[in-house]
Amino acid sequence: MSSITRKERDFHQLSKPLNVLFNLIAGIFAFLCVFPFLFVVIISFTDEGALARDGYRLFPSKWSLGAYRYVFESGDMLLRSYGVTILVTVLGTIVSLLFMSFYAYAISRKSFRYRNFFSFLAFFTMLFNGGLVPTYIVVTQLLHLKDTIWALVLPLAVNAFYIMILRTFYTTSVPDAIIESGKIDGAGEFRIFLTLVLPLSLPGLATIALFSTLGYWNDWFNALLYIDDPNLVPLQSMLMRIETSMQFLLQNSQNSSLSIEALRSMPQDTSRMAMVVLATGPIIFAYPFFQRYFIQGLTVGAVKE
Amino acid sequence: MRMAREFFGNINKNKVMLFMVLPGTLWFLFFSYLPMLGTVIAFKEYRFSRDGFWASIVNSKWVGLDNFKFLFTTNDAYIITRNTLLYNAAFIIVGLVLSVLMAVVLSEIVNKKLAKFYQTGMFLPYFLSWVVVGYFAFSFLSSERGMLNQIMGFFGAESVQWYSEKKYWPLILILVYLWKAVGYNSVVYLAAIMGIDKSLYEAAMIDGASKLQQIRSITLPLLRPILTIMTLLAVGKIFYADFGLFYQVPRNSGTLYSVTNVIDTYVYQGLKSTGEIGMSTAAGLYQSLVGFTLVMFSNYIVRKYDKDSALF
Repeated sequence: MSSITRKERDFHQLSKPLNVLFNLIAGIFAFLCVFPFLFVVIISFTDEGALARDGYRLFPSKWSLGAYRYVFESGDMLLRSYGVTILVTVLGTIVSLLFMSFYAYAISRKSFRYRNFFSFLAFFTMLFNGGLVPTYIVVTQLLHLKDTIWALVLPLAVNAFYIMILRTFYTTSVPDAIIESGKIDGAGEFRIFLTLVLPLSLPGLATIALFSTLGYWNDWFNALLYIDDPNLVPLQSMLMRIETSMQFLLQNSQNSSLSIEALRSMPQDTSRMAMVVLATGPIIFAYPFFQRYFIQGLTVGAVKE
Repeated sequence: MRMAREFFGNINKNKVMLFMVLPGTLWFLFFSYLPMLGTVIAFKEYRFSRDGFWASIVNSKWVGLDNFKFLFTTNDAYIITRNTLLYNAAFIIVGLVLSVLMAVVLSEIVNKKLAKFYQTGMFLPYFLSWVVVGYFAFSFLSSERGMLNQIMGFFGAESVQWYSEKKYWPLILILVYLWKAVGYNSVVYLAAIMGIDKSLYEAAMIDGASKLQQIRSITLPLLRPILTIMTLLAVGKIFYADFGLFYQVPRNSGTLYSVTNVIDTYVYQGLKSTGEIGMSTAAGLYQSLVGFTLVMFSNYIVRKYDKDSALF
């Protein structure tokens, strides 16, 4: 058996030189994709003095942990931003999964009399939108979400495209017969959804949950629009704010009495890069494990009813 | 009377399902449909009223098409439209070629474990936010410390103030876009290649076709439907720019605006910095209307081409 499969593989195999070339193309591009992150990690471990002298170097003349020491000692700002991001990500993923899985399930059911109307209601938002300014006015003046955690959660909670993916998932992975058998056993619609449908559609829900989680973790746009309160600044947005000035960090650290000299001796560049590393670290470590769910979502994505 | 009873009977029969769509419906109402109604501000001189949302909209004075007239008499409308269209066109064309190339390369590599490893590397940029990508770009482009100027210094070239030299930015933005998108886009094409019937290649082998010939006359032709569809769908979105790319990577540098300003960043600036609410709503509505037309048009073509792949 194994000899047959080996032979089969030979059929498709590239010639040696071509294989080397293809490996080079893919390998170099993959390296280029990862390289900037490695570079930023190196910068974050560079001694501030060496950096001021030589600039950003791949092989710094002097290494240092100063940036990380500084970030951890300089008050609770990083910790607070971590807290905001984690809270928003967890809350947001739960809310969006709840809203979207219910909605998608209802419009996937043929017995739902108004399914066409509600399908269209969701679908039309993929084609046309009111734009940024009216949305901003609704969120700030009608819903009064400015400077609340909900301004970071709700705008990303529902996505018509994900609803369509979920609906496809329900129609393909949950056979009507199962729902019918549930009905015959006398289970209500909710019971059917919770005990029969949910377990079968878990892979689809997991995919959407991961897309949501990533979206919330990486979001800075809603904070840019709606958050001024320094206590509610998520990680990505904090990175933006310290980019323009270290002042933000000063104002928010416990040692607000630091003198100008101290400010000058701060490991500015390196500590900003250290924060970039700390903010992206969790994703870098987690994504190789979840990659296949994203691939699944991307390839199933285009399928419609 | 009978109709009313029938209507309420139907509501009652569907009450669980209606309850399930309720949260989503409210969300669409507040975050999609009210903003659509809110585009009337494009035809008004917006005045913020303390009495809240409705008062602000109702009390603002009608000005007809003045906001649009003002928008289109400035040079801005031309610049942002041009930039949005040209950048997106470049992204679509170059992105397509490179993504397909990567997908083909990955599918042919003999050692599948290694191919998977490369793919994981290429997928990384997809998971990073534009803020982080902005930092990455800065580590290369910073005029005093950046790597690019150091390399140029090493070869004896003058260092460049990257964040104030317009001529480099079209290239920089295209490169950054490709860096972030190619790995992710190639996933779709790789899946399509994996779905191709293997016996086709075997038949070609028997006929003595070389691997490159096989790629040219089997892989690429069979990818054509999905390529056409992905491209048409991208064309449907050509009026929408990626705000993060154009806002974070050039670091909001004012001297670069003529080559980095797109419709989305223009609308944002109108809202947050210049405060021209009416005009930026008008620009947003202009984007939505043209965008809508383009989606309908490209979908119409996709439908003619392959009914199953159309959006609707």
